[in-house]
Amino acid sequence: MAAVQTRSERALNRLAIAAVLVITLLFLAPIYWITSTAFKPRNLATTIPPTVVFEPEISPFVKLFTKRSQLRTAPEPEDYAAAPWWERLVFDGGEKVVRSGRGEVQLSGYPNRFMNSLIVAITSTVLAVSMGTFTAYGFSRFKMKGEADLLFFILSTRMLPPVVVAIPMFLMYRAVGLNDTHWGLIILYTAFNLSFSVWLMKGFIDEIPKEYEEAALVDGYTRLQAFFKIVLPEAATGIAATAVFCFITAWNEYAFALIMTNRRAQTAPPFIPSQVGSGLPDWTVIAAGTFLFLLPVAIFTFLLRNHLLRGMSFGAIRK
Amino acid sequence: MATVVMTSLDSKSRAASRGMSDIKIRNLFIIPTILFLIVFNIFPLIYSLGYSFTDFRASTNAPAAFVGLQNYRELLNDPFIWANFAITAKYVIVSVTGQVVVGFGTAMLLNREIPFKGLITTLLLLPMMLSMAVVGLFWKLLYDPSFGIINYALGLGSFEWLANPDMALYAVAITDIWMWSPFVMLLSLAGLSAVPRHLYEAAAIDRAGPFYTFFRITLPLVAPILMIAIIFRTMEAFKTFDLAYILTSQPTTEVISIRLYKMAFQEWQTGRSCALAYIVLIMVLAITNIYVKYLNRVKER
Repeated sequence: MAAVQTRSERALNRLAIAAVLVITLLFLAPIYWITSTAFKPRNLATTIPPTVVFEPEISPFVKLFTKRSQLRTAPEPEDYAAAPWWERLVFDGGEKVVRSGRGEVQLSGYPNRFMNSLIVAITSTVLAVSMGTFTAYGFSRFKMKGEADLLFFILSTRMLPPVVVAIPMFLMYRAVGLNDTHWGLIILYTAFNLSFSVWLMKGFIDEIPKEYEEAALVDGYTRLQAFFKIVLPEAATGIAATAVFCFITAWNEYAFALIMTNRRAQTAPPFIPSQVGSGLPDWTVIAAGTFLFLLPVAIFTFLLRNHLLRGMSFGAIRK
Repeated sequence: MATVVMTSLDSKSRAASRGMSDIKIRNLFIIPTILFLIVFNIFPLIYSLGYSFTDFRASTNAPAAFVGLQNYRELLNDPFIWANFAITAKYVIVSVTGQVVVGFGTAMLLNREIPFKGLITTLLLLPMMLSMAVVGLFWKLLYDPSFGIINYALGLGSFEWLANPDMALYAVAITDIWMWSPFVMLLSLAGLSAVPRHLYEAAAIDRAGPFYTFFRITLPLVAPILMIAIIFRTMEAFKTFDLAYILTSQPTTEVISIRLYKMAFQEWQTGRSCALAYIVLIMVLAITNIYVKYLNRVKER
């Protein structure tokens, strides 16, 4: 029996769709505002009423990557004429790009922090996902005593508040010289993501029929060969989804990075807020830094959209 | 039939004797992970348990002196620490309630045929994937009393959000609700779409009102998944650090993680902060235990 909609039901449905659209726009508004501020000239970033229509500029990104100093007077015409297009954008904002004695452009702290974020997030993801996949297979295929307790133990390590773990880790790292190093953060993020990776991968591997490997064993494969040649290819989608989740968690992490790093190995999340001093910050530059930092995650979210539910529930809810 | 079983058993045992035994492989696959977690999660906690009974300060070279349960006794009798816990509780309640109302409400609205539903759902999920610290920072501009768009959109003039001791915690909670309502929505949507259609049809035939349908059909069936969302968000809100730390420095927003951070890394009361960390840890483990019970219950369905 097909549900016949009455007129009032149709009206209600339309109202619900309108409400959904309004809610979606409200949720996207802050992200839109970050994006638009990242392309604004500085004087339009903090106007009332807010500037919505403007000619987009690339200058916030130039400023984001370069070290600059205030100009007291207008630049010499010949300096201005000799400057490349991007340097003129900085001149136009009443600042100049700082150059070394040999004329090399000095970079700001941002590109370095961005690279640190990439190094730490990628390495810890590779470690957490590979160890997690092996362990998940072990739990999925072999019986053992106290399996539920071990799995609870693994999950509980993920639930520890970062600040609680950070206090002893800080002392231990200080003793062995791992403070403010990439490896220090990589180890912490691997440990943090490992439990998640085990739980999620166990769900994916549980779904691969045991018969596949058994057939391979009959055909003369060893258990290890069956794992590498049969199970891993079958689990590829799950591995990719788990990797993206681990990457995003490591990429976004703030508390450990704040406590364990200060300069050499600092990642972007503690760096970007430190750029807002007590004075009037240049919000266009902060927005540009934020925009670039959020971009990979936004792209990954779209790629991951069919696995979000599963990842967010530690593999408990499948779709 | 019997011969097939025989050969398969036979070749299985041959496979086992060819390569490593299954038990060896199981141990090889599982033990490194367990060891890694013990070395980098459990060992540090044992280490800090030791320090929690001392007056150790990591900023000096003075050796730590054993003080017994003094740190714990003092912390549990410290009204300021209890005030931090009270702020945390208030934050958890405001933030999680807001997330459930907005998230579940949006899921109810989305649980019908809507053009571009997949795209809309993905867009709605975007905030929770972003970095709390980095996006949270930008909310400072949105909340700004003189040129923030929130005051402009709501016509609030130069209303103070973050600099106002009474408002700051709510401002942090609002940002948290913005980020994490999508999580509650995602889980609720999974629960809602699993409610069998025929139950609604039967209710319609019986001329059940919308309230009856909601409270007798929808809610009981969605409840287990909704509980997972609520417990998980409660646990996360209890541990909250990034947002409140970045958005404000008001004493009224000093949740327990911030107090712990300041005690450990600004006041360098290392021994005492280890004791506080243990008090927090026990609370978190208690919530985790409830959470895992629910996860397993939903899994078994």
